[in-house]
Amino acid sequence: MHVPDGFINAPVSAVAGVVAAGAVAVSLKGARRELNERTAPLAGLVAAFIFAVQMLNFPVAAGTSGHLLGGALAAILVGPYTGVLCISVVLLMQGILFADGGLTALGVNILDMGVVTTVVAYALFRGLVGVLPRTRRSMTAASFVAALVSVPAAAAAFTLMYWIGGTTDIPIGKVFTAMVGVHVLIGLGEAAITALTVGAVIAVRPDLVHGARGLTAPLKLRIDGELVDAPTAAPTPAPAHRPTKGLWATGLVTALVLAGFVSFYASANPDGLEKVATDQGIDKEAKDHAAKDSPLADYGVKDVSDARLSGGLAGIIGVGATLVVGSGAFYVVSRRRRAGEEPAAATRTDEKV
Amino acid sequence: MGAGHAHKLYRHGHSPVHDLPPHCKLAAVFAFVVVVVTTPREAVWAFGLYALLIAGAAAVARVPAGFLLKRLLIEVPFVAFALLMPFVVPGEQTQVLGLSVSVPGLWGAWNVLAKGTLGVAASVLLASTTELRSLLLGLQRLRLPPLLVQIASFMIRYGDVITDEMRRMSIARRSRGFEARGIRQWGVLGKSAGALFIRSYERGERVHLAMVSRGYTGSMPVIDEVTASRAQWAYAAALPVLALVVCLLGWTV
Repeated sequence: MHVPDGFINAPVSAVAGVVAAGAVAVSLKGARRELNERTAPLAGLVAAFIFAVQMLNFPVAAGTSGHLLGGALAAILVGPYTGVLCISVVLLMQGILFADGGLTALGVNILDMGVVTTVVAYALFRGLVGVLPRTRRSMTAASFVAALVSVPAAAAAFTLMYWIGGTTDIPIGKVFTAMVGVHVLIGLGEAAITALTVGAVIAVRPDLVHGARGLTAPLKLRIDGELVDAPTAAPTPAPAHRPTKGLWATGLVTALVLAGFVSFYASANPDGLEKVATDQGIDKEAKDHAAKDSPLADYGVKDVSDARLSGGLAGIIGVGATLVVGSGAFYVVSRRRRAGEEPAAATRTDEKV
Repeated sequence: MGAGHAHKLYRHGHSPVHDLPPHCKLAAVFAFVVVVVTTPREAVWAFGLYALLIAGAAAVARVPAGFLLKRLLIEVPFVAFALLMPFVVPGEQTQVLGLSVSVPGLWGAWNVLAKGTLGVAASVLLASTTELRSLLLGLQRLRLPPLLVQIASFMIRYGDVITDEMRRMSIARRSRGFEARGIRQWGVLGKSAGALFIRSYERGERVHLAMVSRGYTGSMPVIDEVTASRAQWAYAAALPVLALVVCLLGWTV
């Protein structure tokens, strides 16, 4: 899915770049809160981990294999801010060092694969964790769903950007069905791998999983054959997430609606157009894909009547993306000018729309 | 591999391009790509001139053409996508080699191919003439937030370490008779990924402690500030300025 130069026109790329820069700036602040002064080494190492794990091949069948994209995994393991930061750094380095993804499309790539994936996955994960019973298994299930939705959501976000600023007029319905259809399949693999990985980490070091904080059972001591609560330090509440709860609920609903439609599309039209273009593109992988995809094999979209529907869907995603951006702006404003209530209020009403 | 000092694309050398300060090169490449992207697709000759400019820069940098061309292969997935465009884009149809293809689709494919290829070529040229360390310094000089540069530098430094760790885990798995054949083996691979994450994270904690014990307070001291003279800026600007001239001609002609 690394978008090259010339795929999205210059103005939209520029806007995407500005928005992505804003998102990265917000994440830098947030990551400092998530990791305090350990940010640089830890986020760096997690980015290196994401970079490495993208090369880990998961065989599907008969010589084909998939690999992790990592957005959802990063969000769940280290938190949304650090997650966005890590993925963005990976994308930046891939763009500069490996010429993977265009330099002018860097904003598009970060927004698409870094921000949308991570934010959607984390919002969905937190929402599900809040609803499900607090067990290990529900953590795994929540990460499955989060990763499953995050990949088509990124595809939909890309479609939206392509709709606004694509350099070629492919009917947007076609792009949407192709992108989202293929990405639901990719998302299934991503979801399975993410859930397995999160499950493995929770089994060994649950304290490292950012999304599972608060899952730890209180320490019990067996005194005279009876289980007694061990004396603990006063539990520290996590106020950081409180104010955004309503926002996350909205995001959750959006994502759920999206998921419903998306799966419908997936079963309707699993065609192979975008599969090729969405390869993550480390050159070894390219060979794999060239072998496994027959791009011309099955392409026949019969969805003329779907164009309106998918347009509406794109709108829904647009709302979601706006929400994300708006919340970022709200965040900055509320931190910057705590005294002045008006700008914050204005941003909040924007979000509600 | 490169033991953390070089990356796969870097080619050691002492050409005028190698010696340019990294931030000049970064700015020049970025400006060049922006100019290329804003060129109208109908000005086919302009893209030929751009290719000549890149080839000229590669010649000055003494990067062999074969090396550059081989690195362009990273684009292959999008080439496949571009080749589909003439068949899926609606519009005026025309005959090419007996196939009915659409004219806007052909233009779209040409647009993506030409601009994408030039962009990749420019990035490859940058990466093959700039060392990692100086690339990061250049990014810092270009006012990228220092924290982001630090994260990037840690990722680059430990990328090889983590990848090697993954490779060792893979060897350990295989030496115990594991063979990844299909979905049924995903459980083991997922556990490996989880273990890799824990190892990376704990390594990060150790690295942080080691840094703190050496006086780290949240920012890295800059010991080798890169500076650029006006002549160097002018030299680096040659590529994008020439490209800009071509672009302006492309808009007017």
